[in-house]
Amino acid sequence: MMRTSRIMPAIALAAVLLGGGAKAQTIKIGVNEPLTGAFAASGTYVVNGAKIAADEINAKGGILGKKIELVIEDNKSNPTEAAAVAEKLITSDKVPVLMGAWGSSLTLAVMPKLIEYETPMVVETSSSSKITTTGNPFIFRISPPSSVEAAAFKGIVDKLALKKVDFLVINNDWGRGTAEDFSKMMKEKGIGIGLVETMDQGAQDMSAQLSKIKSSDSETVIVTTAVDQLTLIFKQAAALGLKKRIITTGGSQNPDQIIAQAGAAANGTMHLTTFLPWFPEKTPNPEATNYFVSEWKKRGFDFAGCTESFRGYDGIRTAAAAIEKAGKAEPAAIKAALWDIDVKGLNGDIVFRKSGPAGKESGQSQPNVYLIEISDGKVDMKTL
Amino acid sequence: MSEFLQHLINMLVLGGTYALLGIGLTLIFGIMNVVNFTHGVLYTFGAYIMFIVVQQLGLNFFLALPVAVVAGWLLGAVIELTLLRPLRGSDIDTTMLVMIGAWIAMQSATLWIWGGVAKSVATPFPDAPLVLGPVSVSWLRLFVLAAAALLIVVTYLLINRTKLGCAMRATFQDQDTASLMGVNVDLIYTSTFAIGSSLAAAAGALLGPVYVIFPQMGDLAAVKAFAIVILGGLGNITGAVIGGFILALAEELGAGYISSGYRDAMGFLIIIAVLIFKPTGLFARSERVG
Repeated sequence: MMRTSRIMPAIALAAVLLGGGAKAQTIKIGVNEPLTGAFAASGTYVVNGAKIAADEINAKGGILGKKIELVIEDNKSNPTEAAAVAEKLITSDKVPVLMGAWGSSLTLAVMPKLIEYETPMVVETSSSSKITTTGNPFIFRISPPSSVEAAAFKGIVDKLALKKVDFLVINNDWGRGTAEDFSKMMKEKGIGIGLVETMDQGAQDMSAQLSKIKSSDSETVIVTTAVDQLTLIFKQAAALGLKKRIITTGGSQNPDQIIAQAGAAANGTMHLTTFLPWFPEKTPNPEATNYFVSEWKKRGFDFAGCTESFRGYDGIRTAAAAIEKAGKAEPAAIKAALWDIDVKGLNGDIVFRKSGPAGKESGQSQPNVYLIEISDGKVDMKTL
Repeated sequence: MSEFLQHLINMLVLGGTYALLGIGLTLIFGIMNVVNFTHGVLYTFGAYIMFIVVQQLGLNFFLALPVAVVAGWLLGAVIELTLLRPLRGSDIDTTMLVMIGAWIAMQSATLWIWGGVAKSVATPFPDAPLVLGPVSVSWLRLFVLAAAALLIVVTYLLINRTKLGCAMRATFQDQDTASLMGVNVDLIYTSTFAIGSSLAAAAGALLGPVYVIFPQMGDLAAVKAFAIVILGGLGNITGAVIGGFILALAEELGAGYISSGYRDAMGFLIIIAVLIFKPTGLFARSERVG
């Protein structure tokens, strides 16, 4: 007995040393997502999508002869935490590249840290136009900015015969940015802009805003927020007898979850999304879409999460492709390589173009945007 | 006009639940003088009990409500017996720190067990709302309002018309005299905390199905509960009820006619005004308890 107990610390020490050694054999990618707080559902989906990408890459032998390892941290849907998490991932975990941080306000909070530590980040979800226009050369965004969403939506406004619209948006960079970009596009089209109502990201009762919108003279409401708040809005709008056409933007709606939780209240609503898991044949890379959707189902995840989780899948594949191209897992080399990659993304080919002030441009890919309509509890695609 | 009526209806529905949150806390914070940071966690706890009973065990919605109330009562009793009893007589700061610790520990436990993703609870009420002319309101919210009103009346009668209530008031006015009159002081402490906790759990159980259920849902609820208690005057049940409705009115009209971006700020602007001009609360009695 005595002998064993004396040996134990030595074994433990050896295990730690060997364990540490084993870790150096992997290439780390930092993942900075909201796993608790207002955006927990969306952030969790993105992380699950990211894990599918990592497993797929590792099953094929990894990159540069090493396995990739995701270092996942929770930013608690809080910009202050998002910046702290980025700092921790870069300085303590020594990740050469990050993916994050879901929300625009979260990403904007992380951005100064990227400059400070000269580490690139793949932005998988955020849509505030500011992210790629303020001159941060470490930002590489694969999600569409709200101005691109607005431009895509422009083609259909005549068909929808919009006359006057109200906005109900989340009170942060994402929501306010969307209201701005869409208002601008609609004014050019001669569409009237009515109320612009906001809601706190953690708000659960939007009855006051919806009552106000109910009494306005607009026929359409543009709503921008994430899925948890959206389902509450649909329920509360139905309870107030709000009969206006509801169109959501931002691609974080998980339409199937809205159908499941809001029931009949979801019928007749339209949603701007960035992925079409319902119609793999209509996506830019059907083979990749089919693989991802079947793998997602195989893991027992809710199909509704696909429209969110594909971002994590594409984000990690983008980071991995850049590491491979760079030939080494170093921030500067990865940053340079990100400009040269061409990844078959689930929502179009990921190729970065320059965006923002000359000399310190951010990278922005050109993803597709789709409009879907829920009718009789089913998802239909509308041509934009 | 119809918009104003709709805001008033919304205010009534919201105010009922705020009142319920407020009376639970005014018992503990106002009468027992414990700065109870676990109030929000007990609210969350009640909501998760609803989720377990209705969604996971598949039992009846109306059965789940009393289960949540009893579970909240038991958890409250456990907190009082294990954390507060050993600290009785120590200063308010020590108790407050322990309660902050309990709040963080319990919230983390909820997160650990259930994860951060929000859950929702199915209800037996129809989707279509009740429409009365220009205003409409969901059946679920009407039920919540009725249930909250019932709980408020029961609590009021319990405190003011029963022997237990009399003993509670006596204990927190003068513990020694109450003890000499034959009141079991230990039992009263535990009961008061347990009753306050069960009201918080009841509020969570009623509101969880209206909104969504997640580990941090109690934080904002607790902040509002403190605001209501301060507004109504410490330990004043009627004050807490009226305070709940005033907060709801300020939020509804503030969001409706001033700015929805500052909805949650409206209530606190009122609190600041109350603390400046009438620091004992709007409905404080001339003599303070405790």
